[in-house]
Amino acid sequence: MKFWRLPLDSEVHSIPVGRVQIIENRCKGCGFCIEFCPNACLKESKRFNAKGYHPPELIFQAEDCVNCGLCSLICPEFAIFTELQEAKKITEDDIRKVTTRYSRKDKRFAKR
Amino acid sequence: MKRRLRELQPFDKEAEERAIELGHGLHPDDKYLKPGRIPHIWCPGCGLGVVLTCFIGALRQKQFGVDECAVVSGIGCTGRVAGYLDMDTYHTTHGRAIPFATGLALAKPDTHVAVFSGDGDLFAIGGNHLIHAARRNVNLKVICVNNFNFGMTGGQAGPTTPLDAKTSTTPLGNAEPGFNLPYLAHASGAIYVARWTTFHPRQLVHSIGESFDRTGFTFIEVIAPCPTGYGRPNKLGSGLEEMRYYRDMSEIRYGADPADAEIKLRGKILVGTFEAADRPDFMETYRTQVIARAQAGGKGKGRAA
Repeated sequence: MKFWRLPLDSEVHSIPVGRVQIIENRCKGCGFCIEFCPNACLKESKRFNAKGYHPPELIFQAEDCVNCGLCSLICPEFAIFTELQEAKKITEDDIRKVTTRYSRKDKRFAKR
Repeated sequence: MKRRLRELQPFDKEAEERAIELGHGLHPDDKYLKPGRIPHIWCPGCGLGVVLTCFIGALRQKQFGVDECAVVSGIGCTGRVAGYLDMDTYHTTHGRAIPFATGLALAKPDTHVAVFSGDGDLFAIGGNHLIHAARRNVNLKVICVNNFNFGMTGGQAGPTTPLDAKTSTTPLGNAEPGFNLPYLAHASGAIYVARWTTFHPRQLVHSIGESFDRTGFTFIEVIAPCPTGYGRPNKLGSGLEEMRYYRDMSEIRYGADPADAEIKLRGKILVGTFEAADRPDFMETYRTQVIARAQAGGKGKGRAA
């Protein structure tokens, strides 16, 4: 799938940018948020929390979060939630990013 | 009706200040939870927290204040939900969540009474109460978290344990087939029957919200991983691996016949809304028949002596 121009209604729509908040000491390391994040924003960190579990942390491309809130819904421990940071305008760069991501060139998605 | 949310008044003030100091602020769901009770005692990988989060999500979606909804739960791991929610919650004796909730629903018809309990509580010792509440069509929202065993007491075989499943009391495999809960609820007369797994949190929020809109006995079964009690003897792996199993093996089929929804060990799980019917609930029939007749009799029309 390839877009040859910006969609005509791109000014009407926007991309929400979320910020993931992790309350690390509540985490019990079940890994649900890491596994089921639709944009694969999270990974297991190497450090320990107060209980001795590995809490999740954001991977390098942290702006991938689109504030969908699935992590806060699927977390059994009330340890993670997302906040809306801004509603970004759609640019050609975003279109390119989306087309490469779902065409399995992105390693994070090819793995699944 | 006036809707209000109670202000957050933590009794563990220090824990709140510590959390704010760490730069996180408190979780948005915390205003529905008793402060100082989280972290809860459920095992890592347990699905009960997901169901509780989804229940809170449905309350938020419907904009219910804490005084508009009451939660009754029985005994077991799921029964602890009553201790965590910061609203009118009742932790009743084993299996008697439904009788208690029936009385509450009849005394306070404006309140949404949710029964939040496990399969061992609702179907083993409380089985009779459930089928009769469904027959009467009392206005209750039953959420049954099914983890296929008695988790809190050490993973014994329960009424929902599938055939051939290993538990601590059936080390050579269970000789009895388990209950098909949606089918039982449907046959007893529930007006809304749904089943979801913890892998379907969005659908579960929607389903709980839908059940709040209906007047009558609604039944939602949620299949939750129990890595300690059920996953370990059956080699199902951690909670995450059970969630992957739900992702791969569950099939969403709305309006399916609940008779087909039987669960086998490592088999397919049929999920969806199986039934959404309308039937006058107990309160309505009581009002239209008994109370109307009594009032007519009070005016001296054909009253028996």
